[in-house]
Amino acid sequence: MTLKTPPGRIAYVNARLLDPATGLDAMGGVLTDGEFIADAGAGLFDGQIPEDATLIDCHGKCLSPGLVDMRIQISGRDFENVGASAVAGGVTTAVCLPSTTPIIDDRAVVEFVARAARKAGLVKVYPYGALTKGLQGEELAEMGLLAESGAVAFTDAVNAVANARTMAQALSYAATFGLMLVQHPEEPSLAEEGAMNEGETATRLGLTGIPKEAELIIIERDLRLAQMTGGRLHFAHVSTGESLDLIRAAKDRGVSVTCDTAPPYFALNETAVGDYRTFAKLSPPLRAEADREAIVQGLQDGTIDAIASDHTPKSEDMKRLPFADAADGGLGMETLLATTLELVHNGHLNLLEALGLITQHPADLLGLPAGRLKGGAAADLIVFDPDRGWKVSAGELRSKAKNTPFDGRPMQGRVLKTVIDGRLVFDLDA
Amino acid sequence: MLAWGRRRAYSAAMSKTPFDSSVFPQRHLLGIEGLSPLDISLLLDRADEYVELNRSVGGKLDTLAGRTVINLFFESSTRTRTSFELAGKRLGSDVINMSVSTSSIKKGETLIDTAMTLNAMHPDVLVVRHGSSGAVKLLSEKVNCAVVNAGDGRHEHPTQALLDALTIRRRKGHLDGLQVAICGDILHSRVARSNIHLLNTMGARVRLIAPKTLLPAEAERLGAEVFHDMKAGLKDCDIVMMLRLQTERMKTNFFPTVREYYHFFGLDYAKLEAAKSDALIMHPGPMNRGVEIASDVADDIGRSAIREQVEMGVAVRMACLEVLTLNLEHESVA
Repeated sequence: MTLKTPPGRIAYVNARLLDPATGLDAMGGVLTDGEFIADAGAGLFDGQIPEDATLIDCHGKCLSPGLVDMRIQISGRDFENVGASAVAGGVTTAVCLPSTTPIIDDRAVVEFVARAARKAGLVKVYPYGALTKGLQGEELAEMGLLAESGAVAFTDAVNAVANARTMAQALSYAATFGLMLVQHPEEPSLAEEGAMNEGETATRLGLTGIPKEAELIIIERDLRLAQMTGGRLHFAHVSTGESLDLIRAAKDRGVSVTCDTAPPYFALNETAVGDYRTFAKLSPPLRAEADREAIVQGLQDGTIDAIASDHTPKSEDMKRLPFADAADGGLGMETLLATTLELVHNGHLNLLEALGLITQHPADLLGLPAGRLKGGAAADLIVFDPDRGWKVSAGELRSKAKNTPFDGRPMQGRVLKTVIDGRLVFDLDA
Repeated sequence: MLAWGRRRAYSAAMSKTPFDSSVFPQRHLLGIEGLSPLDISLLLDRADEYVELNRSVGGKLDTLAGRTVINLFFESSTRTRTSFELAGKRLGSDVINMSVSTSSIKKGETLIDTAMTLNAMHPDVLVVRHGSSGAVKLLSEKVNCAVVNAGDGRHEHPTQALLDALTIRRRKGHLDGLQVAICGDILHSRVARSNIHLLNTMGARVRLIAPKTLLPAEAERLGAEVFHDMKAGLKDCDIVMMLRLQTERMKTNFFPTVREYYHFFGLDYAKLEAAKSDALIMHPGPMNRGVEIASDVADDIGRSAIREQVEMGVAVRMACLEVLTLNLEHESVA
């Protein structure tokens, strides 16, 4: 790594600039100076590129802010592995769940995570803080202190806060400091022993189903609690159409609520489980086709505020098991851009709308200094080709774990270069 | 001398039957779903012949001489394991029983490890039972031999459905057009799923009768009419299949008490009246007498085919082992 070398001035020329925050979509250039963007715009280098700048010709491809991934899991403390996946997927800022080892429920751990992530270099990692101590759903974690140390929002990761009173108190207390809570919406007793979406496929395969009501019940409950307490609430990876109906209605009546989804929920449905494919075992489970269509609709009408990759590395040992015993979760960062661009290629969103969901929107939700293409912003950029075809092959992913639910899927759109703090950290064709 | 003579007669009788197993297109028998009516008929026809032979002469065949069948049971079982063991031995193969629940799994060995270990011993057929749906399929992907599913979780139990079908066919002469009621704990039952697939494939009509808590979601989508009342569901049925209440798989509150369950869903003569007068009563065993079935109904010689089912089990498993092993031969020749 050449991380310690000052990056100097670099001129990116002949690029299609895309900045969802300003609506910019034009041919132009970007000049970075050190770790920041010096200038960006349509007519930037008309005729005169600064003599001391290194030149990078983008050959007419797209240049946008680096991706902001608001939900990843780091297995144990494997920050280096996460960085390799992230930059290959164009992710320059990632927010990790507090379910690391150790759990992020103490301010010392927040600092530890920040240090470990900085040391590993590559992607910028921000931590969520635990909502309750040990993610146990009982005693509140020190949210105020954790926030002071750098936790960007609070969640019990893959556990829902099951107790209504605890959730009400958490929302109320967090509102004191203007902090946001992120809920994994799944009523645990209804999801117990469940392995996939409840319905015909689960019945055929003889697997215990998780009804969509497990998600709906928590969403309905927490919307009431958010309204009652005035707390700021965000639902992670929403997976059913009816969830969106509830959230849409709550937004209309002024509840302070937002939500995200993950690519599996708009690109796949429960049939991906097929013959017990454990790579398609996710939490929440892949739902019916009608739900997938409703999620696409929710992305179009703005009910869904962001897309997160839900990147969850799981080793082969945890996946090569009978379906019910296999771990939940799939990789996501290396396929985040391509799966999101499917929404563009299929005519559901335009390019700027799609990019906004994985750059500006998540950055704004969490108050992160990221997702902007303008002078003064961090020089976190990607160059990508929205049309380049490739096929996902689990074995070729940078991640050590290979559990992608998209294995074998043909994709259109690929990250060519990733730049973080002015340094080129990934170059596909190099 | 006598034994030798019997064996000669047995072998001669079998060799008269023209039989071409190459028409059975499956490498493994993992489930009924996906089998064609032709596949099913082939197995039933062959099993039918074995029933007669098992009755008329004793001794062993040498069809599978030199072959090794391993019974790999991750869940305890007496009936099914014994039935497969007898089937393998009657065909002349070596049969080894392994109960894994009591050995390696407790030492932390995974399913895949166990499969690889056994595969290295070059068996010809693995007969596998496992408590987790899909586990037998997963194991079949890691071995070179033929795999027979002897029950995986709530998913399938194909040889049970085949022996049920053989029992029905021998009593009623056919399967198509029959009205079959499957009653009781459908939710936890792999027997029910395999039977629904088989009966539908062969043109019978299936009803499911159970309290809502013991029915899986969208059960009707498997091709069955759903009832919650025994008398209504049993009306004009030709076959009444009772299922064992699998209390070992239940935590709580699927029904309030056994007394209440028996009152509404236990098969007694009063409820049986709704079915056809010659309706056949079946149960895959082991029975919970006084829970899902009254003792006098279970033991009714005129109506109950429960003991016959056990006999058919050996014949059906002989047919399955033979067909899959002959497939291996074709494979090694090709």
